[in-house]
Amino acid sequence: MKVKKNIAISDTGFVFDPSTGDSYTLNSTGLEIVQMIKSGLNNDEIKEAMTHRYDVDAHSFERYFMDFLGMLKNMQLVTNNEE
Amino acid sequence: MKNDQITIAVSGLNNVDSPGPGIPVIRGLRESKLFKPRIIGLAYENLEPGLYMKDLVDKTYKVPYPSEGIDQVFDRLVYIHEKESLDVVIPNFDSEIFAFIRMEDKLKNLGIRTLVPTLKQFEERHKSNLTEFGKTYRVKVPESFPITSIDEIRSLKEDGQIKFPIMVKGKFYDAYTAYNMEQTVLYFEKISAQWGLPVVLQRYITGTEVNVVALGDGTGRTIGAVPMRKQYITDKGKAWGGITLDDSSLIDLTHHIISATKWRGGMELELIRTADNELFLIEINPRLPAWVYLAVAAGQNLPEALILIALGYPIEAFLNYDVGKMFIRYSYDMIADLHDFEKLSIHGEL
Repeated sequence: MKVKKNIAISDTGFVFDPSTGDSYTLNSTGLEIVQMIKSGLNNDEIKEAMTHRYDVDAHSFERYFMDFLGMLKNMQLVTNNEE
Repeated sequence: MKNDQITIAVSGLNNVDSPGPGIPVIRGLRESKLFKPRIIGLAYENLEPGLYMKDLVDKTYKVPYPSEGIDQVFDRLVYIHEKESLDVVIPNFDSEIFAFIRMEDKLKNLGIRTLVPTLKQFEERHKSNLTEFGKTYRVKVPESFPITSIDEIRSLKEDGQIKFPIMVKGKFYDAYTAYNMEQTVLYFEKISAQWGLPVVLQRYITGTEVNVVALGDGTGRTIGAVPMRKQYITDKGKAWGGITLDDSSLIDLTHHIISATKWRGGMELELIRTADNELFLIEINPRLPAWVYLAVAAGQNLPEALILIALGYPIEAFLNYDVGKMFIRYSYDMIADLHDFEKLSIHGEL
């Protein structure tokens, strides 16, 4: 999973897609995950980091994480690595 | 030409909820660092807001509608020219462009320049000719059917050539989405009563509307192009807010159209991007649009560039613009003096 290269993400969690003009806001957890994706971490590494950092079990995190990734894909903010 | 005073007549001063491009064009001209514009407003109605914006418009003259006859418009321009020594006229309404194309040489003989499309460019981009335009220039367009009677709508439906929903469009302005035969007939009658025939039925394309404002110098060169997506749309389908986009496919398509047609003057491309990322051209407006000031703010002063081309100055093409620049329209109550209204009503000048 990669964040599309022209997507602008600010430290406040404001996300802007310059090709569509759409903008979104991320909460602090969402921002943290998107920044991990952007830095090149894979899904397992993100899961490892988040479950280590927060009081959440791996199973619950994975469910929310997949849901979140689906949303990012739907909004065309991320692409699969091979795309 | 540094700081030369140039007298420019501008129409489209109806800065209302469905605004004409006049005031945004003037704002661009006022920001020129190359010349000092003296702005002469050309108005059709006494209550066009631009007439009363005295910080933007130096002097205003009422002019006859082009539908009253090209000679009448020309005679009025001659009168204005005698008073004001016009250098350039920028017509900003679709319905004026044909008249200015016809008057271009006569105006030039008087020393008044314009930058309007050629008659061929103007005609072939008509909504009623869009299908042919798409074929000629290899641009994706929705199927369009120019119609002149209700019977034609029925036979197109019976032949399976149209499906609902469908767009019903006037030859100059107005567009409605019709979801059944009754609505199609209703909109046909409404539009034909106001704008005449033909009315155009256009296949409804589902997707996101995106627009490009651009300027061609008539040789095939694109002087500037800025794409925008409407963020807030009024009930008349007009942008009340918009944002500049970073989309090379829109810029490439604009360059292709201007290069292939050798477009001369300002233009607005109206496009739909489908979920499959296909771009359909739904309209070409043969003038700068009312949101052109967004392009100025994003770094491309297209009204200024239009003046330079019209006056024959060499000009470099714009290569960049700011992405993510936004505009938000607002309404504002100006206070006007009855005396000004009286002057316009009685003398046709302000």
